[in-house]
Amino acid sequence: MPILLGTRRGIGDWIASIGAILAGLAILGFGLSLAGYDAGAALVAMWHGAFGSWYALTSATLVRAIPLITIGLGIALAFRAGVFNIGAEGQFYAGAILATWTGLHLQGWPRFPAVVLVLLAGVIGGGLWSLVPAWLKRRYGVLEVISTLMLNFVAEALTSLMVQGPLQEARGAYPQSDLIVAGARLPLIGGTRVHWGFVLVLFLAALLWFLFHRTLWGFQLRATGASPRAAEVTGRINVGAVGAAALIGSGMLAGLAGSMEVSGVSYALFQSLSPGYGFTAIAVALLARLDPRAIVVTGILFAALETGGAGMQRDAGVPAVVVYVVEAVIILVVLVADAALRRPAAPVPEGAAV
Amino acid sequence: MILSEPGILALVGSFGAAAVRISSPLLIAAIGETVVERSGVINLGLEGAMLAGALAGAIGGSLEGPWFGLLLSIGAGMALMALFAAVTIWLRADQIIAGTAMTLGAVGLTGGLYRLIYGAGGVGLSLPTFQAATIPLLSSAPVLGPMLQQPAPVYLGFLSVPVVWFLLFRSRFGLALRAVGESPDGARAAGISVRWYRTWAILFGGAMGGMAGATLVLAQVGTFAERMTAGRGFVAIAIVVLGRWHPFGVFAAALLFGLLSALQFLFQASGIAIPYQWFLMLPYVLTLLALAVVRRRVAAPAALAKS
Amino acid sequence: MIPALELRGISKRFGPVQALEGADFVLRPGEVHALLGENGAGKSTLMHIASGHQRPDQGAVFIKGVQVRLGSPREAARHGIGMVHQHFSSIPAFTAMENIALAARWPMRSPREVRERVDAVTGRSGLAIDPEARTETLGVILRQRIEILKALATDATILLFDEPTGTLAPPDALDLLRVMRQLAGQGSAVVLITHRLDEALAHADWVTVLRRGRMVFTGSARGLTGDQLATYMLGHAPENLSPPLAAIGDSSPAVRADRLSIPPFGGRGPGLREATFEISPGEVVGLAAVEGSGQHELLRCLAGLMQRGSGELEVQAPVSFIPEDRTTEGLIQEFSLAENMMLGFGQRASWVRHGVIDPALCEQATEKLIREYQVRATGALAPAATLSGGNQQRFMLARALAQKPRVLLAEQPARGLDIQASRDVYQRLRAAAGAGAAVLLHSNDLDELLAWCDRLVVLAGGYLQVVPPGTSRDSIGRMMLGSGLVPS
Repeated sequence: MPILLGTRRGIGDWIASIGAILAGLAILGFGLSLAGYDAGAALVAMWHGAFGSWYALTSATLVRAIPLITIGLGIALAFRAGVFNIGAEGQFYAGAILATWTGLHLQGWPRFPAVVLVLLAGVIGGGLWSLVPAWLKRRYGVLEVISTLMLNFVAEALTSLMVQGPLQEARGAYPQSDLIVAGARLPLIGGTRVHWGFVLVLFLAALLWFLFHRTLWGFQLRATGASPRAAEVTGRINVGAVGAAALIGSGMLAGLAGSMEVSGVSYALFQSLSPGYGFTAIAVALLARLDPRAIVVTGILFAALETGGAGMQRDAGVPAVVVYVVEAVIILVVLVADAALRRPAAPVPEGAAV
Repeated sequence: MILSEPGILALVGSFGAAAVRISSPLLIAAIGETVVERSGVINLGLEGAMLAGALAGAIGGSLEGPWFGLLLSIGAGMALMALFAAVTIWLRADQIIAGTAMTLGAVGLTGGLYRLIYGAGGVGLSLPTFQAATIPLLSSAPVLGPMLQQPAPVYLGFLSVPVVWFLLFRSRFGLALRAVGESPDGARAAGISVRWYRTWAILFGGAMGGMAGATLVLAQVGTFAERMTAGRGFVAIAIVVLGRWHPFGVFAAALLFGLLSALQFLFQASGIAIPYQWFLMLPYVLTLLALAVVRRRVAAPAALAKS
Repeated sequence: MIPALELRGISKRFGPVQALEGADFVLRPGEVHALLGENGAGKSTLMHIASGHQRPDQGAVFIKGVQVRLGSPREAARHGIGMVHQHFSSIPAFTAMENIALAARWPMRSPREVRERVDAVTGRSGLAIDPEARTETLGVILRQRIEILKALATDATILLFDEPTGTLAPPDALDLLRVMRQLAGQGSAVVLITHRLDEALAHADWVTVLRRGRMVFTGSARGLTGDQLATYMLGHAPENLSPPLAAIGDSSPAVRADRLSIPPFGGRGPGLREATFEISPGEVVGLAAVEGSGQHELLRCLAGLMQRGSGELEVQAPVSFIPEDRTTEGLIQEFSLAENMMLGFGQRASWVRHGVIDPALCEQATEKLIREYQVRATGALAPAATLSGGNQQRFMLARALAQKPRVLLAEQPARGLDIQASRDVYQRLRAAAGAGAAVLLHSNDLDELLAWCDRLVVLAGGYLQVVPPGTSRDSIGRMMLGSGLVPS
């Protein structure tokens, strides 16, 4: 699984990353003008929606970056270990459900322990949700690609069940939960709508970088992802256990993102709490070459893309959903550049006539 | 609630019909993916191909009728998967992530195009659909009869099962294709172009994926909506694993999935109040359980998702 | 007589390596023709050009006197050229029948017809096989037989065998050489690529020697001596190598196994069955075995990578293991040498404290090792992939020895290396034994083991036998097939 190992990062990686973003935007602009839109105006509207004002930058873009960075860190953790966790979306919801349930029951608690408990509930929810594919893989050899994907749908159905059943608001009017108690909400930074989860996320990124590059455990994780056989035979690493741990850790981070979204942004659970964070985060992590420090930057960038998309829809009438095309292009360009950069023209192997 | 005997028969018949209807897009997509995976490629872009096929089917259907829609959907699926093949096979990008990106891109593309063509309002689009074709004699049989009054694409799906079986196991092409999926080096040594075989397989998978999307639109729902495939492409991939990469196994697995999903209608008809979400979850949960039970290692193409 | 195959002035370059430089080769029908040369002399490349797997940069190929262009193996097959590869090219998951049909491009419509055609080929050649058997379940001999049948099924009359005896026990190798003689008797032209002089002298009609990409000798095998051929191969007279004998003290054994049994890896093969043996500090014990005899399990169990089934095993720590496959098991290619050091040392390393790594310390240790063992690399931060095969092997050896092992396990450490590099590896292993390590060395090449080890043990079908001193090479060969000596 020779994807994006990133042991040594060259200038080529940076060029490829920036090229990928430009290519994505260029294709969007080209497509929009083909479709008869004013591409220039649309891109300006996008910029305006993302960075155009202090409010847009903080209260829209940074708020949206928090879950993307958190889940992106989790994706990096899994991918670095060679585990394809495509189920972050489901783990996010699992975390959000448990966090909401906890947040509804902390009446009268002081803020600090209440918030910690709510966030912890999210971590546990996401961890439990990813425990299932981890166990299925170790015990039965079920591909995590398929099992994590399947569990996304189960989690979404479960969320729908919750907000129309056990967790539905007392009024029973809408499919959403009641607001969690005020004491369990993450405080906001200054006069913005950015909650303190942002600081937590910066800390987590630094922590993950340290883990990858300065600890034996992190090294073993990277070795497992780079070459499971060498890790096992030469490194005497229990690659199955490392992979499972990475998947569970990845789920915990996604779950944390879910709980922060409930505790810091929405204060309630509803059905479309995530506009596809779990998938966008894959692009976030890949564009950052799975480097935790860079994920902070790419997370903000993708958040800007999506809030910009909303601005584009509002101001230029272009459907916001098209930013997914930009994301897809970015992923593909990064992948292709990576394949080209990391595989030198190998000496001709036996029978390589074809 | 007590049902009379003819009532039970009718219920079972309509339950069976629902099961076949639900399973047929899955079957078509999964048969295509079977060929793709036999060549050693896992295509997580299948969901995207279905979505593209669904929109193309809707557009084509509204222009020139359902058959044209079906044709257009095949083209759309192939076009999208040509990009996937270019990126993964010729530019050697990672299959799993590239496939996910294809699906992501298809969500954006179909969403944008749909709003561009039919307006932002989300007005219920009503399309001409395939009428149920009846099979003489069989269609009038009890229980089996209602199950076999299905629109044409469903029969195409049935037909693809033996055709792909023959292709894989009774043709030189199939032998070479399986060799590519089991051991690219060995195939190369036998003078087989691994890249071209995989490319053809992916294009075939794209055509079937597109057709599956059109089946959903033109033979089942009769309209298009954003993200309407709702993960069916991913389910089809699970069905391929469940069916152990064999067309007949895939056929059985798709039917099983259809039956599980159709339970919802049976319970609704019998008036038992269970939240519908349980029925949404059930097929996925049972698929996971089934995957654990079949022990995938036995028959997985050895080179699947590598390189 | 018109040659069946003639190669004239063939040159081929791979990146910086000039594999062939104006090489010539003439093959006549009805002969067994030995193509000799050291590893890296260009034997395989020359034959890959003859079989269409590679295209020459320069030079011409003639078949039955007519110049041809062989753009692919399939085109070569149309001209009657079939190659039996050194690394088997069959599809493991396919049946013997499917593999043969794939190679011969037979239509698959009727399985019965395919079977009849396979039976016809096996009948003609006398090489029997179960057509329905999955290739991966078969042993080395039968897998090689499938390779030969694949060539015969395409009606090949020019058969190229690439190092076919390398992985076989001596008696099986003899059987194969008889098959080749029989095929030549039926009118085929047979090329035997080998680096074994005795094989060429005893079984070939004609001998061609390559050295550094050029033909340096071609002539009848009759009247040639081994020394003459060795001189052609090496460019100088061979040195007489006899390993220094280790002084074995009466210290207690570093490895002691008593009726040790290990279940087969992946559920296939014999595993290890009730093996009893000891290895003392200071000795190099050779482990002779044909593929799949239980050596995989034995070495990995001693290395602590596999659980034993029953019996007793005592191994003194620390143990270093040099796995066979350096590209996928020994090294992580895209990791730096320093990171590969971390991989080998794990938590025993001096640069790890409470689970936290000091990279600078690790890099220093790596630099020191690179210098000490003369590993050619740009530094500790060079990715392992940038090293040549010989230097990768040297680095792995250095890493293993730097852990000051009491027990050193080496699995085919010289595979794919040229003579100079493999001699270097073996000398280091002997030096490690001299410094007090107990060394267990496995190689497919019995002659190498005889040359470098103090004593031998043989594994056959999972049963281990200690070879008594003075046993002849032939007897050891028979033991490797599970006949010969009976365990007492």
